[in-house]
Amino acid sequence: MSVAAGSPPRRIVVVGASLCGLSAAQALREEGFSGEIVLVGDEPERPYDRPPLSKQVLRGRCGPDTTLPCRPDLDLRFRLGTAAAGLDPRARRVVLADGGTIAYDRVLIATGTRARPWPGDPGSGPLHTLRTRRDAERLGARLADRPRRVVVVGGGFIGCEAAASIRAMGLDVTQVVRETVPLVQALGDAVGAMVAEVARGAGVDLLTDRGIDGIEAAGGETAVVRLDEGRRIETGCVLVALGAVRNVEWLAGAGLAVSDAGVRVDAECRALTPDGRVVPDVFAAGDVAQWPSAVYGGARLAVEHWGNAVAQGRVAARNMAAAGGPLARHDHLPDFWSHLYGLTVKLVGVPDGADRFAVVQGTLRERRFVGIYGAGERTVAAVSVDSARWLPAYRAAIAEGAPFPPFTGALDQPGFAPHPLATA
Amino acid sequence: MKVVVDLNRCQAYAQCVYAAPDHFALEGAEVLVYDPAPGDAARAEIERAVQACPVRAITAFPDAAPGAA
Ligand SMILES: Cc1cc2nc3c(=O)[nH]c(=O)nc-3n(C[C@H](O)[C@H](O)[C@H](O)COP(=O)(O)OP(=O)(O)OC[C@H]3O[C@@H](n4cnc5c(N)ncnc54)[C@H](O)[C@@H]3O)c2cc1C
Ligand code: SF4
Repeated sequence: MSVAAGSPPRRIVVVGASLCGLSAAQALREEGFSGEIVLVGDEPERPYDRPPLSKQVLRGRCGPDTTLPCRPDLDLRFRLGTAAAGLDPRARRVVLADGGTIAYDRVLIATGTRARPWPGDPGSGPLHTLRTRRDAERLGARLADRPRRVVVVGGGFIGCEAAASIRAMGLDVTQVVRETVPLVQALGDAVGAMVAEVARGAGVDLLTDRGIDGIEAAGGETAVVRLDEGRRIETGCVLVALGAVRNVEWLAGAGLAVSDAGVRVDAECRALTPDGRVVPDVFAAGDVAQWPSAVYGGARLAVEHWGNAVAQGRVAARNMAAAGGPLARHDHLPDFWSHLYGLTVKLVGVPDGADRFAVVQGTLRERRFVGIYGAGERTVAAVSVDSARWLPAYRAAIAEGAPFPPFTGALDQPGFAPHPLATA
Repeated sequence: MKVVVDLNRCQAYAQCVYAAPDHFALEGAEVLVYDPAPGDAARAEIERAVQACPVRAITAFPDAAPGAA
């Protein structure tokens, strides 16, 4: 068991002032840490919530102020609008882009991810991404002009949620997806096919198995999207939703194990060197962190999930506040939700590498069901659509790696038939 | 006020909708939408919703005083 070393910290610096950083700061106070907490963030806003941006904010159901609630007595110091440009673990300080430095006793890396841009996108004109409040405001202002057709590029969650929200505003939407169905990497082909059917039913022009050859600016807010099969779509707004890139560049030269998959940490959220040693007093959590999952036999996981950012931030905080004594472990079972076309999709576990899928309650046709994912003989994840109350029952089975399929030939499950799953 | 709901935890029991109907709504079977920044006048109602939620999914606090930037 790992124990905390050294004397109690006096100043803890959190780099990245968003969900994970704020969750850690609150937890530090709950742990009784009474020293200084400094949150450094490159965005100008106080920590805010991102999930509503592609859902109720986009379709104008609520305003863009999704500032996260924060206990008034936390006594946090914010350095907002300031990017960290470097980390010097030996000198124990964070170097800021404006030339300043902040010394720390312990530091939390919580710099999350950013939207992957279209190559050459200047961040203005007809091309949009959706990650920040500012993105949501710019896109919202454009949609308020009711452009003739909106093209959404990408079949991940943000692309699908945004397509649903924009369509709900009564705008024409074309969604271009490279895979055979949307969400195939996240949820597999069976659930992805259901989402495709729902999207088409809602009037989205969903083009699957289709690549984009180029996007040409056509003056002002118009662009032409050229598909690989020759078709050209003239549009007044393109939302590029091609996933996320981890914000790790500022850590170059710090001696940490860092890659496209994030900052490598141990189960106690401590940053590691490339050869696997603990970097003293440096922790990482949230979207930017990659951790060894006890649930999945030590496999390294990196997820972009709200629940993980909160939970891992809390574990990191506990261990940063500790002076001696055993350290807490991040034994989190990943979970996720999404709202799509009025349906609630929820996932527990990680279906990566799953090769079979079975509906265990309800049916895909009714769009109300629970399905489980199997990898070999093991149940690794479960998904619910409009059946959230049943999902917690599967958590334990996943956590212990229960056999897949869980029961065959049961009399009350006549339709139960696991079938092969494709995720590409 | 600032409000956030842990939607992993929320199971659409709708108790918040009864407690504060102007600030929480269910769309479809399970989609909970809520106002993340209701006015301070809504405080009593929002606090009732926080208490009513059977799975403790709602967090709400009054607006932060503009602190050090
Ligand atoms: C539109 C949208 C919808 C989503 N919907 C869902 C959903 O329905 N369900 C779900 O589970 N998850 C959802 N997510 C994911 C969820 O929001 C993230 O998992 C969560 O925000 C991660 O929190 P984080 O604090 O780790 O990282 P982030 O929220 O990415 O925060 C990192 C912060 O660090 C800042 N930063 C980066 N580099 C530096 C630097 N060098 N110096 C200073 N600051 C820096 C960034 O600007 C940012 O403010 C959604 C995300 C988006 C964008
Ligand atoms: S009371 Fe709680 S569980 Fe029910 S809908 Fe509201 S937030 Fe969700």
